[in-house]
Amino acid sequence: MNTKPTLVVIGNGMVGQHFLANLVLSPMKDEYHIVTFCEEPRPAYDRVHLSEFFSGKTAEDLSLVEPGFFEQHGITLHLGDKAVSIDRASKTVMSARGIEIAYDKLVLATGSYPFVPPVPGHDRPQCLVYRTIEDLVAMQAAAQSGKVGVVVGGGLLGLEAAKALTDLGLKTHVVEFAPRLMAVQLDEAGGALLRRKIEDLGVTVHTNKNTSLITDGENCVNKMCFADGTELETDLVLFSAGIRPRDELARLCGLDMGARGGISINNQCQTSDADIYAIGECALWNGMIYGLVAPGYAMARTVIAHLAGKYASFMGADMSTKLKLMGVDVASIGDAHAKSQGALVYSYQNDDSGIYKRLVVSQDKQFLLGAVLVGDASSYGTLLQYCLNGIELPENPETLILPASADAPVALGADALPGSAQICSCFDISKEAICQAVSAGCTTVDQLKAETKAATGCGGCASLVKSVLNAELTQQGYTVNTDLCEHFAYTRQDLFSLVKVGGIKTFADLLAQHGKGKGCEICKPAVASILASCWNDYILKPEHAHLQDTNDAFLANIQKDGTYSVVPRVAGGEITPDKLIALGQVAKKYQLYTKITGGQRVDLFGARLEQLPPIWAELIAAGFETGHAYGKSLRTVKSCVGSVWCRYGVDDSAALAIELENRYKGLRSPHKLKFGVSGCTRECAEAQSKDIGVIATENGWNLYVCGNGGMRPRHADLFATALDKATLIQYIDRLLGFYVRTADRLQRTSVWLEALEGGLGYLKAVVIDDKLGICGQLEEHIQQVVDSYQCEWQTTLQDEDKLKRFRHFVNSDRSDDNVVFVEERGQLRPADANERKHYQIVETV
Amino acid sequence: MTTWQTVCEVTDLQADAGVCALVDGVQVAIFYLPAEAAVFALGNYDPLADANVLARGIIGDIGGELVVASPLYKQHFSLSTGACLEADGVAVPVYPVRIAGAGVQVCV
Repeated sequence: MNTKPTLVVIGNGMVGQHFLANLVLSPMKDEYHIVTFCEEPRPAYDRVHLSEFFSGKTAEDLSLVEPGFFEQHGITLHLGDKAVSIDRASKTVMSARGIEIAYDKLVLATGSYPFVPPVPGHDRPQCLVYRTIEDLVAMQAAAQSGKVGVVVGGGLLGLEAAKALTDLGLKTHVVEFAPRLMAVQLDEAGGALLRRKIEDLGVTVHTNKNTSLITDGENCVNKMCFADGTELETDLVLFSAGIRPRDELARLCGLDMGARGGISINNQCQTSDADIYAIGECALWNGMIYGLVAPGYAMARTVIAHLAGKYASFMGADMSTKLKLMGVDVASIGDAHAKSQGALVYSYQNDDSGIYKRLVVSQDKQFLLGAVLVGDASSYGTLLQYCLNGIELPENPETLILPASADAPVALGADALPGSAQICSCFDISKEAICQAVSAGCTTVDQLKAETKAATGCGGCASLVKSVLNAELTQQGYTVNTDLCEHFAYTRQDLFSLVKVGGIKTFADLLAQHGKGKGCEICKPAVASILASCWNDYILKPEHAHLQDTNDAFLANIQKDGTYSVVPRVAGGEITPDKLIALGQVAKKYQLYTKITGGQRVDLFGARLEQLPPIWAELIAAGFETGHAYGKSLRTVKSCVGSVWCRYGVDDSAALAIELENRYKGLRSPHKLKFGVSGCTRECAEAQSKDIGVIATENGWNLYVCGNGGMRPRHADLFATALDKATLIQYIDRLLGFYVRTADRLQRTSVWLEALEGGLGYLKAVVIDDKLGICGQLEEHIQQVVDSYQCEWQTTLQDEDKLKRFRHFVNSDRSDDNVVFVEERGQLRPADANERKHYQIVETV
Repeated sequence: MTTWQTVCEVTDLQADAGVCALVDGVQVAIFYLPAEAAVFALGNYDPLADANVLARGIIGDIGGELVVASPLYKQHFSLSTGACLEADGVAVPVYPVRIAGAGVQVCV
């Protein structure tokens, strides 16, 4: 018999789930029997990042619910069951499936629905909305057969949806009723720049368009007719013209409503019935519906506090936003339209680099009231803090948005912020809370994220969190040691500069000038890699050979028993039958265990040290060259067959893959590099999980960067679109050059980008806009490496002295008797310890 | 009674690195630091990896102590004592070794 009072939550969207997740952390969880209804077939997922569904995330990836959450906390979840009525007299909720639950307290978190303008034809086939995962699946289905897609609505969500349509490979249009994009957040100049940038990405924008009819198309499924007499043919129509609160339940049970909808709530988020709360997009507070997730979260926390009898109020929320729309940084803070009395405006516009910034400042020039940023939102964090915390502006506020010059004020340091400053608005984490977490032992951003959840929502505050962390660590007397090892009091980046600028050619010289001791297995390979990156010398020269890790030292990959594996280069995964046969013959002759790799080549295992030279002599005679599988360098460029064979192929991905692989082979880098090239958006080469990914589109090559598979998978970021081959290669040259210069030792591009101050926007500014003025040097550097390529095995085979190293014994031709193979599935493999014992007995008998 | 055996020439050694010699059936890793004209000899068998690979490790110093890092799992073994710096109680044998004229001599 359950004697606890019952708390019913209707709706398991982002806000409903945030409420539950915070409730179970509070003592209140033991006070109530908790029941929740979820209309959708799956519990809460991340609608903010919905478009990532099309760049590869699954419904599971987007889920906001830890597995076992409901069971673990004893919450009864009615999944796929919609609450259909509330009886306030008997205090019961009835569901579509006929479940009736008596409540003591009720929380409405029913969210909103997309507004579809009542245009004739709005319910025609392939006229869809963008709200749920089911909507996405319907879009995907519609995109299969279609070529053109139109988004109705040029607001924040509409542009997100347009990104989704381009990801689906559709020719995309955005139709907006207002004279500009993102009319709520941006002023005219900001909207115009955003439009230009989005049109550069191949999306056609139509403003001042009023749709009057949707009807049969001639070339497409649908035709849209506009009030001004123009027409647009399209297969898919996606309505994203704003949201409306889902308030029908509340309306039916007689709660107070706003004149234009929304469930009226007070500062405690109570409706006109004190036992019923409403939170999120269904709630109307002070005449406002908040269509962002952060205010909804704040409401959820207010209700929990109120249930616990604490004094808590929801007092409105800041609607500032920063986001990346189709790769374009856009941010809006506070009073972006300068509606405050006497407000002064400063603006900076640079059409060449595509940047627009506007500050709205109080009449006395003391405080920041609002801001608009397009093209470069790197100062968002600083400006938001000025605005939210009423921090006094510098004497010349315009310096905050002018391009950096020597006398420009630096970003607002963490020290300038009061303890109460809200750093993460998604989870309402203050500077104080972060400092406390640091005092409690957090020393990295990852630890902070796990401990406080800061920067795990939209991620917009990540760099600010990092600077608060660093400032606090310094304050608490930590010194963050970034020395490479005990022999060099420098970072890898420092050493790279010392080598490059000082023209240093050997480890011995670097150690003598800038280090101490004899070196170790950390600094030696790191410096060897830097020297190779800079000068591209043959790595087994006497002055370099002893620096190399065993894989580089013997140009093969060591295995657990001390034997090596051999991987010849098969550029782009393309191989002639003759070469494939040659590989097979070598493998057979030397009895090498043979396996196909994930990078579309062939790995031959079990070669003894002394077998490596003869194996390579035969491989080179058959036309192979080294595959650098042993090096921190370019491994493979994976590709699909592309337009040459594939009926869906848009461009010749295999040819491009081969060209890229041949260009960058041999480039020594901080860690290994993997590329992928796909011939269409079906992405068979999995390019978006690679350091460099290229995907063919009708308009040219799309470049993705800094993806990763492996231990810590990361989807690559779209870096540039519709590139011709020359520009693509130029960008890759610059990117790799910059990575080689600035990454840490053994830092993959994915981690490098995440650690890069300013992130993707900064990387684009460096590579595309040449913000640092170094692109010429970067290109020259890469070209020099390309020009000085040599097959290391070919060089090695020509040098008797080098070949001496490839013996197990310096004084005998015998082999290592600890290496023992047994047969399995028709091939050899290393014997395990037991098998080896048996073998030794057999041999001695 | 120690018997010095000449196993190879100095020119067979690798500068600032190791080679492996077979001495009376024992695998001996010989490390050569030409700057100090110093040689060191350890067992080639890495007990933590169960493989004969120590001669292929990188040599260096940790807090002034000369060490070789195993190429498989990177544990450090002291060139002078054979002790593993990361695993208490684990050590590899140390053998007397010297340069005699053009030859390299080891006792096992």
